[in-house]
Amino acid sequence: MSDIPNDLKYTESHEWVRDNGDGTVTVGITDHAQDALGDLVFVEVPEVGAKLAAKDACAVVESVKAASDIYAPLEGEVVTVNEALDDAPETINSDPYGEGWIFQLKLAGDDAGAGLLDADAYQQVVEDDA
Amino acid sequence: MLIQEQSRHGRTATAQAPLEMADVSDLPAGLRRKQRAALPEVSELQAVRHYTRLSQQNFAIDTHFYPLGSCTMKYNPRACNSLASLPGFLARHPAAPESHSQGIMACLHELQDMLKIVTGMHAVSLAPAAGAQGELAGVMMIRAYHDARGDHERREILVPDAAHGTNPASAIMAGFQVREIPTGSNGDVDIAALRDAVGPQTAGIMLTNPSTVGVFDRNIQAIAETVHEAGGLLYYDGANLNAILGKVRPGDMGFDVIHMNLHKTFSTPHGGGGPGAGPVGVSKRLEPYLPVPLVVKDGDDYHWQVEHDRPESIGRMTAFGGNMGILLRAYIYARLLGAEGMRRVSEYATLNANYLLARLKDAGFTAAYPERRASHEFIVTLKREAKEYGTNAMDFAKRLLDYGFHAPTTYFPLLVPECLLVEPTESEPKEALDGFVDAMTKIRAEAQENPDTLKQAPYSLPVRRLDDVRAARQLDLAWRPERVED
Repeated sequence: MSDIPNDLKYTESHEWVRDNGDGTVTVGITDHAQDALGDLVFVEVPEVGAKLAAKDACAVVESVKAASDIYAPLEGEVVTVNEALDDAPETINSDPYGEGWIFQLKLAGDDAGAGLLDADAYQQVVEDDA
Repeated sequence: MLIQEQSRHGRTATAQAPLEMADVSDLPAGLRRKQRAALPEVSELQAVRHYTRLSQQNFAIDTHFYPLGSCTMKYNPRACNSLASLPGFLARHPAAPESHSQGIMACLHELQDMLKIVTGMHAVSLAPAAGAQGELAGVMMIRAYHDARGDHERREILVPDAAHGTNPASAIMAGFQVREIPTGSNGDVDIAALRDAVGPQTAGIMLTNPSTVGVFDRNIQAIAETVHEAGGLLYYDGANLNAILGKVRPGDMGFDVIHMNLHKTFSTPHGGGGPGAGPVGVSKRLEPYLPVPLVVKDGDDYHWQVEHDRPESIGRMTAFGGNMGILLRAYIYARLLGAEGMRRVSEYATLNANYLLARLKDAGFTAAYPERRASHEFIVTLKREAKEYGTNAMDFAKRLLDYGFHAPTTYFPLLVPECLLVEPTESEPKEALDGFVDAMTKIRAEAQENPDTLKQAPYSLPVRRLDDVRAARQLDLAWRPERVED
């Protein structure tokens, strides 16, 4: 059973979004996503300053099974990236919602939850997947 | 043990040793080695034993059933190897003039013609040295075609999500953007999504048919019409040509360009990841852009056509004429089969696949597309086994090795969870297929009783479960000597 914290928002493409309350959000991939991918061996983070539209492919995670795009959950500008993932991509496997965050976006709009799923709705996505 | 670890200073293989060392005093000092090269110093017998031992540790089509889906690991007939090894072929210098190369050029010309006929294309170039290089040549021709028409807005290549990863990679390398098209739950391309995706930006679509999910796309005519009407071209990935060889022709389905993997469909060895051959075939409108060289016949004489004969060509993919030894083997294979034999290839390849699928279904395994007939390959999903026993597709694959079967392709295509992509090819007798079903059934019983049996597998091979995570994270494979003695 995968872990789906209630205080986060989610996308159908398995990103999680944490509202930092200051016009920025933190983005990572869900526990379900890291489990499906298996041991990660490489993470390509977006460039700081990149302006993204919602659903833009902006990062890549690669496991022994597959390489997979990460999509911007909302429109915004990349303000911080998790450079520690360069040396330790496995952090996403061990702590997907904490140290395994991938990047932070400064939102173009003010709604940090626009068009995103809550934990229950994401739970449904995971179950439909299974 | 590495051969370097057997090395002893001063030991040589005398039969191969030069009678005297070359004088290097005329080489500039800065270009000369300061130290001896770190080459292994072993006797001839040690070298023979080392490489014979390695070959015996290998899984190969000559030793094992090898149902590696999408790779078409069929038998490589000995005749192809021995005829391609005739001294006249082997000893030919790649820079030999046309007058001294008429024999091999006749073979290449006939191969071009046979590939044209069996695929229904207008012209063929043998130049690309691998399937992925054929793909690159193909999309570069699509780009050259649009550019020559001043149609510079066509920057997007459509690729179904079931495609080989090389498809989007080739398109990106040729300077295109890629848009993914979803596959429907019945295995066919989602035609509504395709209709939404095409437009004035569409350069073409790259399609594998039968697709990597092992079914023939029944909407191929509608796909061709949709893409052509939007002004795009159709690219046929020939990875699965074995399923339709001699039966259905990509040219008749409306494809404008195709690459063929001779090392799959035409039975040339896959040895060590190469050498390969990825000839490309094209419709009439793309002919000017074919990669050079081509072989043409003028009266009784064969000639090379190179850059200055074909100014619109996308150019060369390799030095000289491509992988000659592989092209020759494919030529001999095609001549051995003839047109009737080629039809038999696809008939038996699909019969074997459907027999194996039916038996695995009877044994309780889950087909990913249960309503569909298999092409030359099919997908079994071990999702249920993963849930009930905690054993995944990789565990089954590793355990199969202990039973003497090379594993099917695992975790590809990605859209099917815990999948095995199984391609038995036409080469296998019924007994081999039955043996595979027995092994799969036993492995599932083991999974049920004691999942750990699978998790620790393989037990009987020279190496146990490899640490593929570490291998992917630490890509340094170079061997370095501790000390080189002068």
